[in-house]
Amino acid sequence: MVLRIDRDAARFRQILRGRIRANLRKYITHSEMIGRKGRNLVSIPVPQLDIPHFRYGRNQGGVGQGEGEVGQPIGRADDEGTGSGKAGDDPGQHVLEVEVSLDELAGMLGEELELPRIEPKGRPSLEEQKTRYNSIRRVGPESLRHFKRTYVEALRRQVSEGSYNAGNPSVVPIRDDRRYRSWETINQPQANAVIVYMMDVSGSMTDDQKNLVRTEAFWIDTWLRTQYEGLERRYIIHDAAAKEVNEETFYHTRESGGTRISSAYEACRELLDRSFPTAEWNIYCFQFSDGDNWGEDNRQALALLKDSLMPRCNLFCYGQVESPYGSGEYLHALEEAFGEEHETLVLSEIAGHEAIYDSIKKFLGKGK
Amino acid sequence: MSRSTLPKQHAFRPLPPELVDAQGQIEAHARNYGLDFYSTIFELVDADQLHAVAACGGFPTRYPHWRWGMEYEQLSKGYSYGLQKIYELVINNDPCYAYLLASNAASDNKLVMAHVYGHCDFFKNNHWFSRTNRKMVDATANHANRVIRYMDRFGVEEVETFIDTCLSIEDLIDIHLPFIKRRDDPERYKFAEPTEDEEPIVAARFPSKQYLDSYVNPPGVLAEEVDRRRRQQLERQKNPPEPMRDVMLFLLENAPLKPWQLDVLSILRSEAYYFAPQAQTKIMNEGWATFWHSTIMTRHGLDAADVVNYADHCAGTLASSPTRLNPYKLGVELFRDIEERWNRGMFGPEYDDCDDLAAKRHWDTGAGRGREKIFEVRRIHNDLTFIDEFLTLDFCRRHKMFSFGYNEDSGYYEIESRKFDDIKRQLLFNLTNVGRPLIRVDDGNYKNRGELFLEHVYTGVELKLAYAHDTLVNLQKLWTRPVHIRTVLDEETTILSFDGREHTTATSEEPVTIQEA
Repeated sequence: MVLRIDRDAARFRQILRGRIRANLRKYITHSEMIGRKGRNLVSIPVPQLDIPHFRYGRNQGGVGQGEGEVGQPIGRADDEGTGSGKAGDDPGQHVLEVEVSLDELAGMLGEELELPRIEPKGRPSLEEQKTRYNSIRRVGPESLRHFKRTYVEALRRQVSEGSYNAGNPSVVPIRDDRRYRSWETINQPQANAVIVYMMDVSGSMTDDQKNLVRTEAFWIDTWLRTQYEGLERRYIIHDAAAKEVNEETFYHTRESGGTRISSAYEACRELLDRSFPTAEWNIYCFQFSDGDNWGEDNRQALALLKDSLMPRCNLFCYGQVESPYGSGEYLHALEEAFGEEHETLVLSEIAGHEAIYDSIKKFLGKGK
Repeated sequence: MSRSTLPKQHAFRPLPPELVDAQGQIEAHARNYGLDFYSTIFELVDADQLHAVAACGGFPTRYPHWRWGMEYEQLSKGYSYGLQKIYELVINNDPCYAYLLASNAASDNKLVMAHVYGHCDFFKNNHWFSRTNRKMVDATANHANRVIRYMDRFGVEEVETFIDTCLSIEDLIDIHLPFIKRRDDPERYKFAEPTEDEEPIVAARFPSKQYLDSYVNPPGVLAEEVDRRRRQQLERQKNPPEPMRDVMLFLLENAPLKPWQLDVLSILRSEAYYFAPQAQTKIMNEGWATFWHSTIMTRHGLDAADVVNYADHCAGTLASSPTRLNPYKLGVELFRDIEERWNRGMFGPEYDDCDDLAAKRHWDTGAGRGREKIFEVRRIHNDLTFIDEFLTLDFCRRHKMFSFGYNEDSGYYEIESRKFDDIKRQLLFNLTNVGRPLIRVDDGNYKNRGELFLEHVYTGVELKLAYAHDTLVNLQKLWTRPVHIRTVLDEETTILSFDGREHTTATSEEPVTIQEA
């Protein structure tokens, strides 16, 4: 019987997931609809899942009990107050919140956007040595002695020798009986990844634009997290100068002043040099900007990008958010320099929340 | 029924001996008080099992459907967060099945047993339950089998979607149908041609001389007249002849459904009729059960050690709040009030005509008919007639009742009135048709185009529009031709229509049927 309800519950969850999947585009474009909950769970509001009936509207009233003068308010319309006439019980506004694990969400994202699974860099040198204690030897340090095995050996020897006395079961191991735990070294292909987010925080980037970036970054994180076990994220902000910051600062800083994209590239290069050797890491760079750059800086920026960054990255993505102030020229500069189709460079224009969906598809659709 | 013959799904834990003893005692007390019930089987279950059963409406086997799963998740979540707990669960069946939570203290389970015997007595003796299927446990299992068979054959998705569609109209039944013969049974064996015993249709002629006849009564006009009359006669054979409350039945008989769909629809309809009396007697049923658990427990069932625990839990069930009229509380207080009034003879013209307040307050004719009266009440009434008959001005004052309404401006529910008439009217309105709009089928061949025309019998409260739209969509899926409903919207008679593609709204000249609340 309990099995039966499990089946119904599973069916219910399946339908919910279907609802989520059907509305994924909406969720992606409305960042506020998703509440993070703990490390690996998000709660997602799902549009009503009840069966429509002919029902009375709001103005039906009811009967209650208690103190109070005529005209005194007793509850808001949205409260769960239900008289015998179900006043205030407004199922139309019931919003079911479902908890979905990030993995599952990424799965839906992948399915919906038809994202290819990422092939980690095919370099055999990207290996990690691991030690596993999974065997037994006859020699070894005393600290690794396996007591149980040792005594089993001793018992076996005594039985075969005939010196074992069941009436007085004393087992004394000798040197030969000793057994020691031993390890094996195994090579594991390693798939570490780092995402470097770069963002222009000069005066022309408003909060709206940052929200766009944040939403997009959330989905990129969600997807890449399922593809790599150890995913590191680094954040670089820049105006005329660049610095590495934490996530919180990344989204909430607003600077004024000029824009030199090359400063961010330089900072990124330093960061990669310092902490993420190309041989061991899958590197993803996402740069968000409104496309404004100090004119003379373009040459330097493109050179840095071409010589120092692109050879190291799996993917270098440039997302240009539309801003009322930005000129949007940098995108054209990139197009000119590298052409629209490039192996590691992906360009995308993000005009508004609606465009995030396609932008994600463009960025991650390469499967790199 | 003995334990060994129970179907397999009832294989719960056996009752521990102390609860078997308790059951024996409480059953004996209940019988001594005159309660009369089918044999009652208690099952000891853990919280998870209880939620699973409760999610399926108390039945161990229901047809597969996601909403049981949803119900179950809500119950178990509410329980694990400590927000709610199901105390008692009993099904109207012969024998009655009731579930006890294994983790409850023994005194709690005694309380539940006493409460359950109240319900069982009510199920067996209340007139509104008299037509319910007393073998419903078997029936739901049978329904489940049929639905599963259809799912195997036509696909889970297909059948489930159809069930969802039908559930939209599950409350459009005629709750009085089991007691009233609305129409003659269709005569299966009437083979005679219906036209034979009817007058042949002839056109009226003007008197005329024979040689003038073809001018005074031109044959073409006569033929038209015959035609018109025939059409009129056809129109008179409207389907349904009278507006019909049982929309489910109308669809069963008239909608173009496949055999399996008809069967599923009839399953849902029979379950809807089974559950209807429970919604109709919520206040009375809970009040009656509470009355008996408190009587039995306080007089016989309690050890000194249990008193505080009992009082705590009893108070929890009876708590009321400004926006929630607790059916347990209202019911039990009304039963107590009735018992006292009939014990002291506080009824009849003599009492009603008495103007002396002091005399009324100390009225006592020593009638002593209270017990007898409440047993009579539990046999005859449902919530609507119960409140209509026994809610008194005194009672309203004593229990500080008021009516409330929604204030559009503030967005709050506000206390509207403390006048007895207003309160009673409001309460009766909330109980009429179980608090749901009255909908009936007016015409199954609207505009002679096979469209379905429903009517909302307007009682002063408008329909919730979004829901009405969605319901029309589902109705259209069943009927396949356009569907309409006449209702009132923003104080204007309006016809809402859905033709399978889009919704249309038209104001109507014809006034909607209005019923005074």
